[in-house]
Amino acid sequence: MREMICINCPMGCHLVVDDSDHNNIKVSGNTCPRGITYAVNEVTAPKRMVTGSVHVEGGVIPMVSVKTREAIPKQLIFDSLELLKKVHMPAPVHIGDVVVKDICGCGVDFIATKDVEAK
Amino acid sequence: MKDVIVIGGGVVGCSIARELSRYKTDVLLLERGNDVSVGTTKANSGIVHGGYDAMPGTLKAHYNVLGNAMFDQLAQELEFPFRRNGSMVLCFDETQKDKLQELYDRGVKNGVKGMYIVEGNDKIKQMEPYVSDQAVAALVVPSGGIASPYEMCIAYAENAAQNGVEFRFLSEVTGIKQTEGGFDVTCRDGSVHQGKVVVNCAGVYADEINNMICPEKLHITARKGDYVLMDKTCGYLASHTLFQLPTKMGKGILVTPTTHGNILVGPTATDVQDKDDVATTAEELDQAFTKGTITEPSLARRNIITQFSGLRAHLDTDDFVVGESSVKGFYNVAGIESPGLTCAPAIAVDVAEQIANKLQLKHKLHFDAKRKAIPHFATMSNIEREKLIERNPLYGRIVCRCEVVTEGEIVDAIRRNPGAKDLDGVKRRTRAGMGRCQAGFCTPRVMEILARELGCDMMDITKGGGSSNVVIGRTK
Amino acid sequence: MKKINLVIVGGGPAGLAAAKAAYDCGERDILILEREAELGGILNQCIHNGFGLHTFKEELTGPEYAARYVAEVKQRNIAYKLNATVIDVSKNKVVTYVSEEDGLVQVQATAIILACGCRERPRGAINTAGMRGAGVFSAGTAQKLVNIDGYLPGKEVVILGSGDIGLIMARRMTFEGAKVQAVVELMPYSSGLNRNIVQCLNDFGIPLYFSHTVVDIKGKDRVTGVVVAEVDEKLRPKKETERLIPCDTLLLSVGLLPENELAKNAEVQLSNTTGGAVVDENLMTNIDGVFECGNVLHVHDLVDFVSAESENAGKCAAEYIQGYKPCHEKITIRCTNGVRYCVPTVLNKDDVYAAQSFKMRVSNVFKKVELAVLADGVKVFGKKRPVVAPGEMENIVLSAEQMKALKQASDVEITLIK
Repeated sequence: MREMICINCPMGCHLVVDDSDHNNIKVSGNTCPRGITYAVNEVTAPKRMVTGSVHVEGGVIPMVSVKTREAIPKQLIFDSLELLKKVHMPAPVHIGDVVVKDICGCGVDFIATKDVEAK
Repeated sequence: MKDVIVIGGGVVGCSIARELSRYKTDVLLLERGNDVSVGTTKANSGIVHGGYDAMPGTLKAHYNVLGNAMFDQLAQELEFPFRRNGSMVLCFDETQKDKLQELYDRGVKNGVKGMYIVEGNDKIKQMEPYVSDQAVAALVVPSGGIASPYEMCIAYAENAAQNGVEFRFLSEVTGIKQTEGGFDVTCRDGSVHQGKVVVNCAGVYADEINNMICPEKLHITARKGDYVLMDKTCGYLASHTLFQLPTKMGKGILVTPTTHGNILVGPTATDVQDKDDVATTAEELDQAFTKGTITEPSLARRNIITQFSGLRAHLDTDDFVVGESSVKGFYNVAGIESPGLTCAPAIAVDVAEQIANKLQLKHKLHFDAKRKAIPHFATMSNIEREKLIERNPLYGRIVCRCEVVTEGEIVDAIRRNPGAKDLDGVKRRTRAGMGRCQAGFCTPRVMEILARELGCDMMDITKGGGSSNVVIGRTK
Repeated sequence: MKKINLVIVGGGPAGLAAAKAAYDCGERDILILEREAELGGILNQCIHNGFGLHTFKEELTGPEYAARYVAEVKQRNIAYKLNATVIDVSKNKVVTYVSEEDGLVQVQATAIILACGCRERPRGAINTAGMRGAGVFSAGTAQKLVNIDGYLPGKEVVILGSGDIGLIMARRMTFEGAKVQAVVELMPYSSGLNRNIVQCLNDFGIPLYFSHTVVDIKGKDRVTGVVVAEVDEKLRPKKETERLIPCDTLLLSVGLLPENELAKNAEVQLSNTTGGAVVDENLMTNIDGVFECGNVLHVHDLVDFVSAESENAGKCAAEYIQGYKPCHEKITIRCTNGVRYCVPTVLNKDDVYAAQSFKMRVSNVFKKVELAVLADGVKVFGKKRPVVAPGEMENIVLSAEQMKALKQASDVEITLIK
């Protein structure tokens, strides 16, 4: 049994999820069907977008912001952040530039979310 | 060997140093903190008292009236904010009116000029429209004024430095020994400084300094006062400094404009054990504000922008100790609580003269009494602003948006002697961070400027010296 | 004195959207004045995602959202000045700004859009007692230090206030290696989005204490701990519940305040509830030709709504420059029964009856209610809501027909029917 708050809308339904059988997950406390989808995803394969920043070499500002191109498995959050610490991007950097390829083998890249021109 | 070592960089120490710098003499000022004006001087009411309150015959009364009269010229010479806005002591109870008369009579005895009593709420309201309906009479003291205490102290310090006084910071005095020609003064960092004369201006610690060398022991109680500061939008609420009839613990809660247009309410009075305890408490802040509303019922809590507390150095004898002690060459200027700010200029002249006589010092030929203030962009006309930016484009870069402080002013503050070394130092000199957002926007920018000008890392920038570093490391 | 048709104060999301819309309505003589070194405003430091779902139908980070609008402005060759701080706006619409490059400049504008955003409520404004050492930051200041400058404000963090910036910063500090001890919220509910509570706190096991506050701050040079206490129903701390949480940093996320100092100089009438201007359906203030939009008008939850509102302001400002003048007869909308405010507040009675959106906030959490608009006591619009909360801005749209009913009424009221 797990409890969670549905984040689909401001209602914030308190869901109770019975995940003892992953093939038959039971959700209660939801007001609408979206609550069920949310709970099932959260129990079976929770994913999160991760954002952060990395150093820029020779840019007009010292850091550039980055994000995962899409959500990555939740358990990879801290490993992915660790990767960012080592990166020094040479300026110029543009939105969409790949900063880290294939984060921890999950197939998703970190990409830049800001343009930083060279000094 | 120095001629004079001044212990303490508050308004008392800095004013004495400045008055001594009129003479041909070597002066060293030792300050425990990272800057001047970091103790009692930075956190008090900033009132230039009329002089009716102190008991006739006391040093407080003597120096108050003398000091008060010096402010117009001083503020002009040293360019610190000062305004003779006049004080009023309000009486809220018909049966207490005789107390006002008592204050008036005391003022006359002390030599205060121009006082008068107004009776009736309408008469009071003609002078102060927003004052409480309950005020029945008031003692009006036209010679009362307001000054910015830290800016006054900094101005004194800069002028002293201009005239050759040496400042040494982070120099807490831990020992004083009498030697053949004077004294050895030891600091916490192990350094020893020799001086023919030592002047103890150590504020709440003046008893400890005295007790290191004098057989006549002093005891100072740190008396804490909490204040609340209101947004400038409430500035219209009071033009005079509004006192309530005094009590045994002090002059009661006052409501006063500040020289920069805010309204200050406070102080409370609580004796504390720890002489570094400048923590405000919820009870006292509430008390200060609530009592302030007795004077000004329209004060609104939502307009409070900050609160702070300061410590007053209260001697058991309830009066100042000023002059040479039984140890020849060791001077005390101790127990300088209210009206200390008002008295400081007069005490300084007096003490400097005593020392000059003792050491037979001669006046300098080229003493420069004039200190130029940092240009104050916020209060300039547009034409003056244009000229200033033309001269130095950094004045066209606004760093603190609430108080409209430019990078030019901040750089000036850092490059002066003694200059700002931390955020609080910049704040006291330029007002960057003193406004309604309380440094939310300008903190990172001021840190950058400090790091650039001082040639240090962002990580070394402190809020107010010591280990008050603002950031603790890099994220990556 | 130089003359410019439209001066926009602020180059953040509000100013950019207003500029774009004004241009698209035919206005070419536009100048955006931005005090920072780049356009985009506060979005530049909001490097997390969650922006743009309404505007662009995709989830962007703050810098990406800003970049899209910056591109729109640049494409149109709209003039802008960076590092240019407006220090005065007069009621005669003279704008005074200073910059290193230009010195002090005065511009006579035909219309002005104030789009200068909001600031954070500081410690002083919430009267938190204690020592005044380093380590107390408003959440936004910490966000700038971390995300833009790359510095860590502290290692052990307590956050007061569960507004969205506080929640976002709880996650960011965790990401950067700090330990967030707790988030403390005075109210029995959060003013932040549920999604942020889940993804910024619950994901990392950060406790959120409702009905708690910080009553004392310890530490001389640097914060060494904060004392938290539960509060009673009148929000007074209960002494017996006080406990010390050791930490070196206190972040404050205790509300945002529209920054209306310039508006005050221009004698713009301000609302005591929002802190922003009182505006009509054109987002025009009581001063003819002075408009407000975005967080300077009222604090929004989503930048998407800021953009939409600001595009409307830009369009209306362009129309004003082209000759539109509002009529003299106005109706002021009353907010009652749990509706704290609505924007716009004033309607011009004789103007064209176009469909109109109203944004509002409620004063408490209410379940199963109807947001209703009454004209002379008769309901002309109703929207059933399962739950409304102060942290979530409500938006209703009245049709042209419904607006007609409002404008013919002598009393208009927006209310909650429970």
